[in-house]
Amino acid sequence: MRTTTIHAWMTTIAESVKAQRDYLTQLDAAIGDGDHGVNMDRGFDAVGKALAAQDGAVPPGKLLTLAGKTLVSTVGGASGPLWGTAFRRAGRTLGDADEFDGHDLLAALRAALEGVVELGAAQPGDKTMVDALGPAIDSLAGSLDAGEPLDRALAAATAAAEEGARATVPLQARKGRASYLGERSIGHQDPGATSAALIMAALQRAVERES
Amino acid sequence: MATVATPMKKLLNDPAEVVRESLAGLAAAHGDLVRYDAEAQILVRAATADKVGLVSGGGSGHEPMHGGFVGIGMLDAACPGEVFTSPVPEQMLAATKAVDAGKGVVHIVKNYTGDVMNFKLAAEDALDEGIDVESVLIDDDVAVQDSLYTAGRRGVGATVLAEKIAGAAAERGDDLAAVAGLARRVNEKARSYGVALSSCIPPAAGAPIFDLPEGEMEVGIGIHGEPGRERRPLGSAAEIAELMIEAVVSDLEPADGAAVLPFVNGMGGTPQLELYLLYGEIDRRLRERGLRPERRLVGSYITSLEMAGASLTLLELDDELTTLWDAPVHTPALRWGA
Repeated sequence: MRTTTIHAWMTTIAESVKAQRDYLTQLDAAIGDGDHGVNMDRGFDAVGKALAAQDGAVPPGKLLTLAGKTLVSTVGGASGPLWGTAFRRAGRTLGDADEFDGHDLLAALRAALEGVVELGAAQPGDKTMVDALGPAIDSLAGSLDAGEPLDRALAAATAAAEEGARATVPLQARKGRASYLGERSIGHQDPGATSAALIMAALQRAVERES
Repeated sequence: MATVATPMKKLLNDPAEVVRESLAGLAAAHGDLVRYDAEAQILVRAATADKVGLVSGGGSGHEPMHGGFVGIGMLDAACPGEVFTSPVPEQMLAATKAVDAGKGVVHIVKNYTGDVMNFKLAAEDALDEGIDVESVLIDDDVAVQDSLYTAGRRGVGATVLAEKIAGAAAERGDDLAAVAGLARRVNEKARSYGVALSSCIPPAAGAPIFDLPEGEMEVGIGIHGEPGRERRPLGSAAEIAELMIEAVVSDLEPADGAAVLPFVNGMGGTPQLELYLLYGEIDRRLRERGLRPERRLVGSYITSLEMAGASLTLLELDDELTTLWDAPVHTPALRWGA
């Protein structure tokens, strides 16, 4: 995987966030304030523009860092700093290398999750993006350890993220604006976990397209 | 969410531009007090002053907060985000740099996950640039009860009082620690509780956030159109006054005979006629409880677009807070003594 993989990943995220914009907003309206889709769409639109202005020689890690900075400065809310930190940490982990393999990707995703947990202090089960990212990373680690090829490993990781997002439905939110609802947050899927699953699915498709 | 489609009638050109166009209009109306920096997306006090800077910010949709409080004796700059969305660190850093006179800058931050994270990143950036920043977290909403299992109490009405009182302290020449200390004291001595009678309609969504049937109210609401703690049958003004007072007084536990400042705030869609009616109920009930309303504020100052409803913020006063409350203020939304 190389610079083009990151371009493909970000383009795919932008497309699916745009396609799911109203769905994400609807999920957020139920337990938040109904702007998650709009904010994510604005952010990844800006990421697309920022990345398009880069020449092809920029290494993958630097592109991820740029994506993260762009998200921090355009999304706002909690999603901006959280996803911004996630991509910046992932970018820093990949460093200046021109190429990266599955294990590098796993390390980058782990760093991203650590950044999110550091900033947001969310634990598994708090009904947040951590509930989709955590299982995805665990699944990816397990598959790679078992010697699975990367495309199959990413397919399993995406399924784990989607399952994790669905599993937020019966949970009571303990972080973010949804937590103010107390028990009334139960019965709704977390919008942050849902967009985390979208981002994992986009990664899988980007890698699939490359190979 | 709404089961009955409510047509959106709003004075808009493009929903995506509502915040920028409104800020430009605010600056056009109050150019003597505020300057709009469209590139940095901030409002800055027109007349610079050699004092501790005071910066706040948050999502838009709560007007006149915060932009309406930029001016003499209150905020030096405001960072407005998109509707109900925290501003970004770049705005906060630009505001901090614009108002820093070498004496440090106080950030007044409402306790919402997004605001807290973005202000945290901005304060770190400001520190890197050699500016002393003191962050004051406002979390006065007693409707959020169980802090261990939530993001903590929300920052609501006390924000307005803290900005006024800390602004007066900065204006009289208090240093960074003192200004921040006074804002924190306001937060410690104030509690709020809100009730919604209708939802609001964010311009980008174009539909009500939640559906509130005839004859019902949401109690324990915040200021972002999020539903409250629970839904109850709509009460009379007298019943709502009692509910609000019980919620804030039992949590604040003011001293017997304490001087207090009740702040009756409209959520945006409730007329002043009803707010004064509610204030009358609250004033009388506070006196019956042996408290002395010595100052007050009645009006729509921290709103949730066109939501109908009101909140009560009760601040226990001391001599210094009273003096600072009385000090001159001249901003687009709040003006006396100047």
